[in-house]
Amino acid sequence: MTTEAKSKPVKSVSGITVRLAGDSGDGMQLLGTQLTNTSALLGNDVATFPDFPAEIRAPRGTRAGVSGFQVQFASHEVHTPGDTLDALVAMNPAALVTNLNDLVKGGLLIVNEDSFEDKDLKLAKLKTSPLEEPAMENYRLIKVPMTRLTKEAVQEFGMGVKEADRCKNFFAMGLVYWLYGRDMDATLRFIHGKFGGGNPTVAAANEKALRTGWAFGETIEGIGHSYKIEAAKLKPGTYRNIMGNQALAWGLMTAAQRSGKELFYATYPITPASDILHELAKYKNYGVCTFQAEDEIAAMCSAIGSAYGGQMAVTTSSGPGIALKAEGMGLALMLELPMLVIDVQRGGPSTGLPTKTEQADLLQVMFGRNGESPLPVLAAQSPADCFEIVQEAWMLATKLMLPVIVLSDGYIANGAEPWAIPNVADLSPIEIKHPQSSNNPDGAFRPYHRDELLARPWAIPGTPGLMHRVGGIEKEDGTGNISYDPENHQKMVNIRAQKVANAAKLLPPQKVIGPQSGELLVLSWGGTYGACLTATQQAQAEGRSVALAHIRYMNPFPSNLGEIISRYEKVLIPELNMGQLRMLIRNRYLVDAIGFNKVKGKPFAVSELTEKIAELTKSASHAKAS
Amino acid sequence: MSTALNVLKSSDFESDQDVRWCPGCGDYSILAQMKKVLPEIGVPPEQTVFISGIGCSSRFPYYVNTYGVHSIHGRAPAVATGLKLSRPDLSVWVITGDGDALSIGGNHFIHLLRRNVDLNIVLFNNRIYGLTKGQFSPTSVEGQITKSTPMGVVDHPLNPISIAVGADATFIARSVDSNVKHLAATLKRAAEHKGTSFVEVYQNCNVFNDGAWSYAQDKATRADATIELEHGKPMIFGQNRDKGIRLNGLNLEVVDLSEGKVKEDDLLFHDEKANSVLVYMLARMRRPDFPEPIGVFRDVAHETFEEAIRGQIDSAVSKKGRGDLQRLFNSGDTWQVSA
Repeated sequence: MTTEAKSKPVKSVSGITVRLAGDSGDGMQLLGTQLTNTSALLGNDVATFPDFPAEIRAPRGTRAGVSGFQVQFASHEVHTPGDTLDALVAMNPAALVTNLNDLVKGGLLIVNEDSFEDKDLKLAKLKTSPLEEPAMENYRLIKVPMTRLTKEAVQEFGMGVKEADRCKNFFAMGLVYWLYGRDMDATLRFIHGKFGGGNPTVAAANEKALRTGWAFGETIEGIGHSYKIEAAKLKPGTYRNIMGNQALAWGLMTAAQRSGKELFYATYPITPASDILHELAKYKNYGVCTFQAEDEIAAMCSAIGSAYGGQMAVTTSSGPGIALKAEGMGLALMLELPMLVIDVQRGGPSTGLPTKTEQADLLQVMFGRNGESPLPVLAAQSPADCFEIVQEAWMLATKLMLPVIVLSDGYIANGAEPWAIPNVADLSPIEIKHPQSSNNPDGAFRPYHRDELLARPWAIPGTPGLMHRVGGIEKEDGTGNISYDPENHQKMVNIRAQKVANAAKLLPPQKVIGPQSGELLVLSWGGTYGACLTATQQAQAEGRSVALAHIRYMNPFPSNLGEIISRYEKVLIPELNMGQLRMLIRNRYLVDAIGFNKVKGKPFAVSELTEKIAELTKSASHAKAS
Repeated sequence: MSTALNVLKSSDFESDQDVRWCPGCGDYSILAQMKKVLPEIGVPPEQTVFISGIGCSSRFPYYVNTYGVHSIHGRAPAVATGLKLSRPDLSVWVITGDGDALSIGGNHFIHLLRRNVDLNIVLFNNRIYGLTKGQFSPTSVEGQITKSTPMGVVDHPLNPISIAVGADATFIARSVDSNVKHLAATLKRAAEHKGTSFVEVYQNCNVFNDGAWSYAQDKATRADATIELEHGKPMIFGQNRDKGIRLNGLNLEVVDLSEGKVKEDDLLFHDEKANSVLVYMLARMRRPDFPEPIGVFRDVAHETFEEAIRGQIDSAVSKKGRGDLQRLFNSGDTWQVSA
């Protein structure tokens, strides 16, 4: 039993948002992940927002080096990591001043007071200690000498000063666990799993720090009570916590198994997509072949080679890498080979904001290739959705014989949420046919002969009698031979466009959450789903006439989208870019859609969206009066 | 079905496409020798894949009746690597040129060589950009007048063999388009080698750089301007086979055998397994100081890339068993939500 009986009163709340902030390299991401997993195991719904600098070890104690991890856990459904903080844990002055703005008035502020000495203040470019400011009266400030208490607690293990100091994060964790009634079991298993084998002393010291933090909460007078958050009412099933990039990797493996293929995964390291490579590289015994290529272009082109050979080929990157892959994507669409190109978007342009989120690659993946070169584009809406969407994309790619693009983003990639584990045996096969005999009894095999969806046959090397050549030069319809004939080029461009349009026949129609007609339609896509859904639901609860249509299929749009748009007086398109979906929607449906745009490297706060919705809709009382 | 072995013929590799190189182009000879050699190698057309980039040479895949990919500029090595990793059973050839392999595709070229993917690269080196009509290439010589260098090339040229040595290529060879017997034999050796085989072919572009290799092609000059490398044999060349190559300290030198002062045993004996320092010295042999070597510079055994990668997959399967997705999904911390 690790969760000891409590001597202090317990207050029930429906949800809490906590942010842990400290030096990058101080283990904030690790602690955040532990808090998330533990909360999920307690049955809470969870949503997370890790926020860290691009530098691996930015100078200690500086504002630039602050790494944060925010998690909302609740007894109700949550779709965002929360707008504002109920509690902030700040491990140093820099972490305090860069995060305090998000803490609600009366919120709990836990600081490591041992790290507020003059040298720490200087590193954070502060003249005086923020702990002495009158503004502190707005918060419930708990000053904890974490460094000293941790040092004393782990003294018995005889560790060096630095090693002992590192344990203070687990002290902080223990205190947070006590505050919110989190069970320590899962984290203890983690500690012993991670350090136990190679370094049992470190494991034991971290456990001691964790338990000391917990005991501190139990005894210190400054904290009057702890909190209790009941389990959320999720759909019945077996759940686990899952992160976006992990779900994406698992989805790819599942798609490969469903289609009886080996997974060939070629990539080049880039934030925030690299974790997909790390994840897949672990699963060689699942028949996964990972190839870390010499550059983005080689990753793309090796995927083309693999697809020509008949495997399930996938390449992933982020914006800058997708730009490099563009020529290869054009070749893949000319060769009409199935594969997936996945863009985990980050702040741009150029190197931009590598660790921050943005949705500004939509137009790049739509149009960033030479010539008339449309491709299907799908966009994941949440971490768990990554599992589904890559399977859907692979189904589409094989049915249409085309590369399919999947968009994720940094927020989804590093975010986590509970995932209802599917029953693998129940997943239907993705059927793929490789022809064994010629489709032209009178002559040479016709590699560009088409079926009812305009897909060409996926004949693979090794098949006698079906030898054929493919290439990037325009080819004659049917035979695939090089052709410079004007009529043929027009025909092939039309066919390739129609093929993409045919994807809509294979995909479900657009769904609407809320009234089927009315004042305002919120039209969103990608990682803003949670914020847009929460904001729409809040506005609906206030009696506003607003509905949400969240698009997963960016190209082609669902066939009923135009009709849906026409049923509302106004259309609001919130995006973490300067209006890219809005441009597509205005162009396609000639509707005067209103944009709500932000590029600050951060997701939308729900409140930003509810304010905008309120501005565009009549309040309930108005609605009744009119 | 007949159990008799199918004997492959050159016509089995004949494609129905019209060859569109300029009349007199050196590419014709390479195509002819390839078609001659392919049946001898004994891999059926359906197991053979030609992959090319962009340039005159890269039209090659259309002219052989095998599987083929005419890809994009410089990227054939990457396409071929992906194919070979997914399908180690196939016999893969990369056809490229000096611009394709050494300029725009330089990065992929060196990484293919150092990984030792089991495939064959044939680089048609004509020291010019032909398809774009006559700009200088990375192998053009200093001072060469081209459309983009009316006052002469100032770039120092790349030596393809040197790069291959630098990238630890396991098979390195050179041949000449017009020396058909030598070319056929070299292509065959390349096909037989397990790992990446690199063959540079001196190829004449009779339209934009005619005569660039005439010294190595013309019967009158080639015996003195080139030296044929033969494994285990002393390095002798010349119309009268009266000149040799000797190692003097850390340098090679041309020696005269006619006066009997230098004996054959004093000469450098070519060794295809020699260390790369020696191979590099051969690579640097350039006219007019030296005859330029043709033949196999290096042929050593090393694990192939796909063997190593497949080996890890097989070893993971034998250690951990075939992966079970359901078990993976349910591993770690999970919880139940009941109705």
